[in-house]
Amino acid sequence: MKSNRATQEPVWVRYLLLTVGLGFLFFFLGLPLLAVFVEALAQGWPAYVEALKEPETRSAIWLTIVIALAVLPFNILFGVAAAWAIAKFEFRGKSLLITLIDLPFAVSPVVAGLIFILLFGSQGFFGGWLSAHEIKIIFAVPGMILATLFITFPFIARELIPLMQSQGKDEEEAAVSLGASGWQMFWRVTLPNIKWGLLYGVILSNARAMGEFGAVSVVSGHIRGETNTLPLHVEILYNEYNAIGAFAAASVLALLALVTLVAKTIVEWRMKAETDMLNAELPGEKTS
Amino acid sequence: MTITRRLPLLLAFVASTALADLTLLNASYDVARDVYKDYNPMFQKHWKAKTGESVEIKQSHGGSSKQVRAVADGLEADVVTMNQANDIEFLADKGLVAKDWAKKFPNNASPYTSAMVFIVRKGNPKGIKDWNDLAAPGTQIIIPHPKNTGNGRNTYLSAWAWALKQPGGNDKSAQEFVGKLLKNAPLFAAGGRDATTTFMQRRLGDALITFESEAEMIAKEFGKGEFEVVYPSLTMQTEFPVAIVDKVVDKKNSRKQAQAYLDYLWSAEGQENAAQNYLRPRDADLLKKYSAFFPPVKTFTVDEVFGGANKAFATHFKDGGTFDQIYVAK
Repeated sequence: MKSNRATQEPVWVRYLLLTVGLGFLFFFLGLPLLAVFVEALAQGWPAYVEALKEPETRSAIWLTIVIALAVLPFNILFGVAAAWAIAKFEFRGKSLLITLIDLPFAVSPVVAGLIFILLFGSQGFFGGWLSAHEIKIIFAVPGMILATLFITFPFIARELIPLMQSQGKDEEEAAVSLGASGWQMFWRVTLPNIKWGLLYGVILSNARAMGEFGAVSVVSGHIRGETNTLPLHVEILYNEYNAIGAFAAASVLALLALVTLVAKTIVEWRMKAETDMLNAELPGEKTS
Repeated sequence: MTITRRLPLLLAFVASTALADLTLLNASYDVARDVYKDYNPMFQKHWKAKTGESVEIKQSHGGSSKQVRAVADGLEADVVTMNQANDIEFLADKGLVAKDWAKKFPNNASPYTSAMVFIVRKGNPKGIKDWNDLAAPGTQIIIPHPKNTGNGRNTYLSAWAWALKQPGGNDKSAQEFVGKLLKNAPLFAAGGRDATTTFMQRRLGDALITFESEAEMIAKEFGKGEFEVVYPSLTMQTEFPVAIVDKVVDKKNSRKQAQAYLDYLWSAEGQENAAQNYLRPRDADLLKKYSAFFPPVKTFTVDEVFGGANKAFATHFKDGGTFDQIYVAK
């Protein structure tokens, strides 16, 4: 074990750092979160429940979940494939691919939404063809799924690349040399090795998918009960002077986030437990 | 809430969509929800009784200019019901709405109106009565940005028109007056709702300038006793123009229903609904009936004083317009 330098600092320094850190968290996370629930319950439970019973609010909750679930398989497929290619193979343009994966982090979500308008909007690139064939993408659920996909696809790949790189390809090579087919190798060696990292990526991308505002706002069209997700619905209700409704919907979002946070913590804990176990099993080898 | 409980609901939803003979989409501005929430069932009943046809009506709400942009980009709205003529002009320029849309319905295609009013603190401590009080030194006004919001533009033009009507008033004196007024704005809010929050919650400023109809919404959220409404000696009559989106109704074959939907806004029921949502009905008798809500106020229209919304925009809010001149000078 390395000795930890931070713990050798004087007591007052430690407490100062602790106070600053916790104070920051309290003012910028704790208080706003509390405010959401206080505002939502400002007129008591019955008003809160009534606000959540609104068909439009329920449809927004439902749509938020549908979109988050819809992007998931694509994200997993892309994330695993991209991470595999980058971590286990050498090829030309690899660094370009890595840069491209980071693109959604760099591009403003509003711009991401506008890209889809430019492509699929009625004055856009494919607009005429789509309209002639009665296919609706923009201002309908498919467009919202596309925009969410664009925003969330890097999360899983970003999580898996360092993990797979650190694991190397020895185990896969061993499996193949023992006669495993490609699929056998993937299901029995690769997937078990990355499962916690994958889950972690899924949770992160899921959180982002449910909370996304900018990109989805541009392509939604805001049709009530049809193309409003929770974040969009919160904004609309707030602008309509329906504070209870807005904060009630926001509290559902906050609750979804809290559930995500708990899931994330559990996965982190399992990941750590697994690494510790590996370290114990292989005392002589480096695992990180 | 389990899937099994959701399923009947979902099926009922699918069934109801399937049962309606036609669906109309109304793209509207963001505080119009209350108006159309009550109006849509009224029209559905009326249309069913008249033709036996059931029509489903969907609503889309958002910032007015954002909404028309969405319609231009392919949001399939059969009708647009907006709070600024400029926004419908935008669609007319794109060829989605008839060029003479304002003549397709009575009253400049605006079934109801509102007026710009002042909201002041309880007891009106600064004694604000008219536009010149807002421009007085030491008074702070809260308005959204005049260059890109309806509220802000209406305020700007109202003050301008008031200054023009003063003895010896001309464009130069009006520009000076508006300049003085804008100096009293400590900030420009991002939008109507933002301005309200600034004034009511952050308690900044002595007066908020907004639509008469909005005052009632503010009362709903913040309580009626919290503020007073002041009617200036002259203010803008704001219109809420409506139009059929030709391109969409021709494609969906829904012109008949869309036309009836908008026509019905001028019916006795439609006008009454507007009045109940604190929008001034065009019907003179109704206006009298609801005179407790709508005290008489001297108003002007943008067409009368500025020669139309497009011209007003070009003179005052385009880059290099009077707003930019004033604001740079500040």
